[in-house]
Amino acid sequence: MITLSNVSKIYKSKLKNSAQIKAVDNIELQVAQGEIFGIIGYSGAGKSTLIRMLNGLETPSTGTISVADREISKIKGADLRKARQEISMIFQHFNLLWSRTVRENISFPLEIAGVSKIQRQKRVGELIKVVGLEGREDAYPSQLSGGQKQRVGIARALANNPKVLLCDEATSALDPQTTDSILDLLEDINKRLGLTIVLITHEMHVIRKICHRVAVMEGGKVVEMGKVLDVFKRPQAQITKRFVQQVTEPEETKETVEHLLENYPNGKVIQLSFVGVSAEQPLITQLIRNFELDVNILQGKISQTQDGSYGTLFIHLDGPEAEMNKALDYIRAGQVGVEVIENA
Amino acid sequence: MLKNLLPNVMWDTIYDATLETLYMTAISVVATFFIGILLGLLLFLTGKGNLWENKVINTVISAFVNIFRSIPFIILIVLLIPFTMAIVHTMIGANAALPALIIGAAPFYARMVEIALREIDKGVIEAAKSMGAKVSTIIFKVLIPESLPALVSGITVTAIALVGYTAMAGVVGAGGLGNLAYLEGFQRSQNDVTFIATIIVLIIVFIIQFIGDFITSKLDKR
Repeated sequence: MITLSNVSKIYKSKLKNSAQIKAVDNIELQVAQGEIFGIIGYSGAGKSTLIRMLNGLETPSTGTISVADREISKIKGADLRKARQEISMIFQHFNLLWSRTVRENISFPLEIAGVSKIQRQKRVGELIKVVGLEGREDAYPSQLSGGQKQRVGIARALANNPKVLLCDEATSALDPQTTDSILDLLEDINKRLGLTIVLITHEMHVIRKICHRVAVMEGGKVVEMGKVLDVFKRPQAQITKRFVQQVTEPEETKETVEHLLENYPNGKVIQLSFVGVSAEQPLITQLIRNFELDVNILQGKISQTQDGSYGTLFIHLDGPEAEMNKALDYIRAGQVGVEVIENA
Repeated sequence: MLKNLLPNVMWDTIYDATLETLYMTAISVVATFFIGILLGLLLFLTGKGNLWENKVINTVISAFVNIFRSIPFIILIVLLIPFTMAIVHTMIGANAALPALIIGAAPFYARMVEIALREIDKGVIEAAKSMGAKVSTIIFKVLIPESLPALVSGITVTAIALVGYTAMAGVVGAGGLGNLAYLEGFQRSQNDVTFIATIIVLIIVFIIQFIGDFITSKLDKR
């Protein structure tokens, strides 16, 4: 559905002799039909520029971009405008017209596409149901909450039956609860309409919750890409590990672990990582039943992704050294990652 | 009673002068509104980072606007005499004042239009572009509606300035309340005529301000 090859975007700096800024650096990327593809990175990583090249709001300095069988990086004028009707976008700050009601805002892209008034009214009615805004049709954006505004944004984006939906930090201005309801809506739309979604974010939570695949960006480059669960399982780049920690490890983990090592001079503190099916096995029960050990659960968290669950668990084992090593071997034999945490 | 207090005031003359002032103000406000929006849009659209970014056109319009905005109105009238003679064929009467009024006020309003347009959230323009909107659609369905309260309050301020300009134009022969206050009031030492002319100008200004504020608050849904 979307193919990027060798895409770079270079901004020339105004100051003489200063280096050019490579906002996007030689990116190769494919997104399949019906996929939810997430791009994560901190601000300044180039993800904003990248997503704007997918609908021609920015043009690449080199490389080619094709979306829905159209070469976006080549076409201009009327062809580009036509193509944009198939590639909708929703925004962090919603970007609704304050002078129009909910109904009129959703109607706007239909007016642009030249849809007749009767058809427009019908379609707007359908869309209001899809995003669950019944009863708010005649409200102005200033009378809506953030979540409702983004629902209007989504309805507006869906108006012309697009093939691709681009989400530019669509949930970054919303509180956690509203974020989840918007993500649920996006997932639902993806499933029901088979819409391809590309989203950019700085929150790993968003990636975890709805994305199938993820690309991690840093300094204009994609440093890591793969299925969400695989990336969670084996994050390679340093920055990816930081993002994964956002959702798997509560912030206080490091402190807690240090504290535990002081409090339990005997035995071992062990970090277990569960992925997919293994997260649902009764590992602790088996440990207690099969080995002469004291098992103490210290801290844990399990997160759901689109492909399965991923979690970490900190436990403390105490008993004879030989028995502990047998237990570790036993755990390793399963599909569970084991890391013995040493006193630093 | 009124006769004793205002011995020199002839009400039918006041009435005619008021009508002339209103006529000059109304025509020049309407013309200024359209020309100002046109110039303001051009200034905005050709500005840096905008849809029709064009440094040459922007500089030319900007220079034109700045020059005509800077010339004191009373001098502008004099400077424009040949131009006015060429199109109106006279320097006497309300119509003769119109070219100077419009040329004096339109650049002033154009700057206000440009400021109003710059206040529009860039994201909204980007959103319209991302939906495949043409520039004309963006102008008529985004830029103008989204800046309308500011455009209306701007034309209110301009209209009030224009009432003042018509009084100045009156002094050099255009008629209206300014002409009356100067010729009948000041030159013939009839202070009561000057006083009444001033009161009527004030009433006109208050009414314009009231209407302007009312429309602005009705339009603003933010």
